[in-house]
Amino acid sequence: MNTTLIIILVIAVIIFIALISMYNGLVRLRNQVKNAWSQIDVQLKRRYDLIPNLIETVKGYMKHEKETLENVTRMRSQAMEASGVADKARAESNLSSALGQFRVTVENYPDLKANQNFLALQEELTSTENKISFSRQNYNDQVLFFNNKTEMFPTNIIAGMFGFRKREFFEIEDSSERKAPKVSF
Amino acid sequence: MLMGVILVMLGYAIGMAIDPQAGLSGIVIAFVVYFIMLIVAFSSGQSIMLRMSNAKEADRDEYPQLYNIVEEMRISAGLPSTPKVYVIDDPAPNAFASGIRPEKSVVAVTTGLLKLMNRDELQGVVAHEVSHILNRDIRYMTLATVMVGTVAILSHMFMRSMLYGAMYRGGGRQSNKRGNPLILVIAILFSILAPIAIRLLYFSVSRKREYLADASAARLTRYPEGLASALEKLSGSTNDLKVADKAMAPMYIANPLKPKGQRLRNLSSTHPPLDERIRILRSMGQNHSYEGYQQAYASVTKSSKGIIPGSAMKPGK
Repeated sequence: MNTTLIIILVIAVIIFIALISMYNGLVRLRNQVKNAWSQIDVQLKRRYDLIPNLIETVKGYMKHEKETLENVTRMRSQAMEASGVADKARAESNLSSALGQFRVTVENYPDLKANQNFLALQEELTSTENKISFSRQNYNDQVLFFNNKTEMFPTNIIAGMFGFRKREFFEIEDSSERKAPKVSF
Repeated sequence: MLMGVILVMLGYAIGMAIDPQAGLSGIVIAFVVYFIMLIVAFSSGQSIMLRMSNAKEADRDEYPQLYNIVEEMRISAGLPSTPKVYVIDDPAPNAFASGIRPEKSVVAVTTGLLKLMNRDELQGVVAHEVSHILNRDIRYMTLATVMVGTVAILSHMFMRSMLYGAMYRGGGRQSNKRGNPLILVIAILFSILAPIAIRLLYFSVSRKREYLADASAARLTRYPEGLASALEKLSGSTNDLKVADKAMAPMYIANPLKPKGQRLRNLSSTHPPLDERIRILRSMGQNHSYEGYQQAYASVTKSSKGIIPGSAMKPGK
């Protein structure tokens, strides 16, 4: 009788420890997702900051391209207002295509390419977009790990109990965006 | 590791030759020498390497693009911190990575490289160097380099002592005190063969790590053509690096010392032939993963050898 009690106690302790480690594992993964997101966020904000400078620099040269420039500005503010991962991803993707359009137009202005200020901004923008795309990859990997854990047995029980919800991927549907980081000047 | 086995055997053979009971202490001495050299290499290897190559820490305002690219690759590789950026004032295009731990790593490029490469190509080169850091190749190759050095020193010391020993004693008198002459012959043979064997092993390890770094670079940039085109430009450049050193060679992107003989080149080089590396990268197609590189390797070299170690294939690395 005494031994059965001990056995039951031991099993209970083991289960309790397993539950704790599962819970901690979920917390760790969730924090990694958050951290990965903040890394994207830093780069997105950097891009927002670069765009007004860029527009200011090229305005004098590109008098006949008002529409392209306005489009970039509009997409920028839409992206800044977007909230939620999916909306953000869509808005950022629109901003990227607007910037892509802008780059094509820049090709018609050889004077701009001699402007040191413009070239420096261009390099910063290219690099920021590369960083966005690389940190997006990392974020999506972390989300995948986290989502797998929240859906798979037995961690899904813990996830349900403590409200760990699935995260959204930062997805970009536009295929031209995938190639965007590789545009060089 | 196979290299350790060679060191053990050499230590044992030398020990046995000096005294039939000393086989084990020979092994112990061999490893004591190895660990002393290893401590020196780990504690000051990086500063020695940077000083020997005349590398200077790059100014951020002067090289904004280089800094940006290194940061991009850090993000892509998921390194905990950005490697320090060094520039070597040398017209020969080359680059190397250093640092036993990723937190204290350095990426150095020559001014010649910066001049020669466009952005995508520079990104490929930096990705290759960051891959050496990511894959812990610097630690790996330091272990191997020190092993080569230890074997060389032990063999050399043994051969010297044999030579002088024989001279002092004036020939054949010592054989009864020396124990079995057969063991002596084996030990001498070993002292000649071990340095050669360990060097060939070392070269093959180094070449494997180069393939791996190329594969990682393709994965990090998702654009193998950048590195391929950079390697093509490197193969076209003729000037050797002024400050290159044999022990540092595996850390560079392309072999800084051009091998002299053509036939032995493939066996005795720290780097795989550039044209082969280029062809592998170019036949990767859209698959930028390690598996893609492995397939491309198989189709280019017509060999089914696995060149990517299983540990690197695991997800999350």
